[in-house]
Amino acid sequence: MSTRSIVPFGPQHPVLPEPIHLDLVLEDEKVVEAIPSIGFVHRGLEKLVEKKDFNDYVYVAERICGICSFMHGMGYCEAVERIMEVEVPERAVWLRSIWCELSRIHSHLLWLGLLADALGFESLFMHTWRMREKILDMFEYSTGGRVIFSVNKIGGVRRDMDSAMLDDFLRILDGMSAELKELTDTFLGDKAVAGRLSGVGFLTKEQAHDLGAVGPFMRSSGILRDTRTTGYGAYRHIDFEPIVSTAGDSYARTDVRIREIFQSIGLIRQFAAKIPEGDINVTVKGFPQGEHFMRVEQPRGEAVYYVKANGTKFLDRVRVRTPTFANLPAMLETLKGCQLADVPVLILTIDPCISCTER
Amino acid sequence: MAKTELAKSPWLLHYDGSSCNGCDIEVLACLTPVYDVERLGVINTGNPKHADILLITGGVNSQNEPVVRQIYEQMPHPKVVCAVGICACNGGIFKECYNILGGVDKVLPVDVYVPGCAARPEAIIDGVVKALAILREKQQALGKEETAKEAASDATAAV
Repeated sequence: MSTRSIVPFGPQHPVLPEPIHLDLVLEDEKVVEAIPSIGFVHRGLEKLVEKKDFNDYVYVAERICGICSFMHGMGYCEAVERIMEVEVPERAVWLRSIWCELSRIHSHLLWLGLLADALGFESLFMHTWRMREKILDMFEYSTGGRVIFSVNKIGGVRRDMDSAMLDDFLRILDGMSAELKELTDTFLGDKAVAGRLSGVGFLTKEQAHDLGAVGPFMRSSGILRDTRTTGYGAYRHIDFEPIVSTAGDSYARTDVRIREIFQSIGLIRQFAAKIPEGDINVTVKGFPQGEHFMRVEQPRGEAVYYVKANGTKFLDRVRVRTPTFANLPAMLETLKGCQLADVPVLILTIDPCISCTER
Repeated sequence: MAKTELAKSPWLLHYDGSSCNGCDIEVLACLTPVYDVERLGVINTGNPKHADILLITGGVNSQNEPVVRQIYEQMPHPKVVCAVGICACNGGIFKECYNILGGVDKVLPVDVYVPGCAARPEAIIDGVVKALAILREKQQALGKEETAKEAASDATAAV
């Protein structure tokens, strides 16, 4: 009869860039249950709508999370624009979609690096982040910021990308592709990496569905669902097929994200070829009145923005449901029965973003 | 000997004190090949007991406050606290949030402030370099204190 013990994990832990706390109930080395406690990054952002007007709140929405900052800003702006029935110029919509896909590449590369670090493969971590810097350079060139851009506004975007800039970006992405291939082949082909990922942390299709998982975490368990197929932004004008895998283990999650990086490069190429000319923003007058429910596919999965306005410059309510929040129950399920040594890797495979979750 | 060498190979501890993540990924970016602070002898450690400099981001909320204090107390003397990002300096955009204390200096003695939203890697490296000078000073002060103590105990022993 093995004895039970409880091992605290976090909030400060070498593998966690952000604080979350788990009480791991162990039987010898086997995890029987994981009990989370959160709230270390809760700032109370949603309440700030009472103090910042609906235009200023864009800056707060962007700071829900520093990794998917652009998409948070965009989700909020689109929700308000739909309440106010603003006709956003087509070019602004396409520009937003390009930045979205760049964000996805940056986020997935960031995650791959952290995964390599969690596996103890430090040189792979360094190379992944070296590649990521090229994406950040593109952000800096096109928006002026590296991680927080403030390029979204209600009614469009603040900065344009001319055709020379887009050509430059495509050239850089083309150059990156070969190097990325070599890098990601290490993730998918290296024995040491595969040994830590293959067959670890299974999540079945039924579990993913019942526990409400989203994003690449869900798609790697065989559920084909991607909010981009609902046709928001410029996605309805291009060819797009969500990436799925049926294996449902940590290796499949890595594989899905890697394939999404290459898919995003392809999407940017399609956007750049078809982007229409025109204005990039319109002046918005008046105050919003009504409510809207906006869904956006972030790198980590589907995020939901609910905005309720009352006809004054302060909104009544902003509510965000972030992908990590939806993924936590499924993550706790994958932790049951795993070895203590696999816990950091399993936590990472959902690509947790605590800052989004707790706001 | 260790007294002079400590300031040439400081170990960092990074903790997210309720930030938006932006500064945290920039702190990590400092360690990777493009900025590469490891060339200066700086190593990122996950263990507070190994750390000389605490890089802390975010305006600190009430649940995080005891954790922040505990991490600081676990670090050996001499130690330097570097507040990274405007939230860590004074609360930044989250200053008015009900759950934010408004800056790391409400909880810990901060030695270096690195503003920016998000703080750029260049600024963070600059902050670390400034922290090194402070670390050296603290080291010397600690050394003098110890020499004085030794002298005092020698004097008592002689009596």
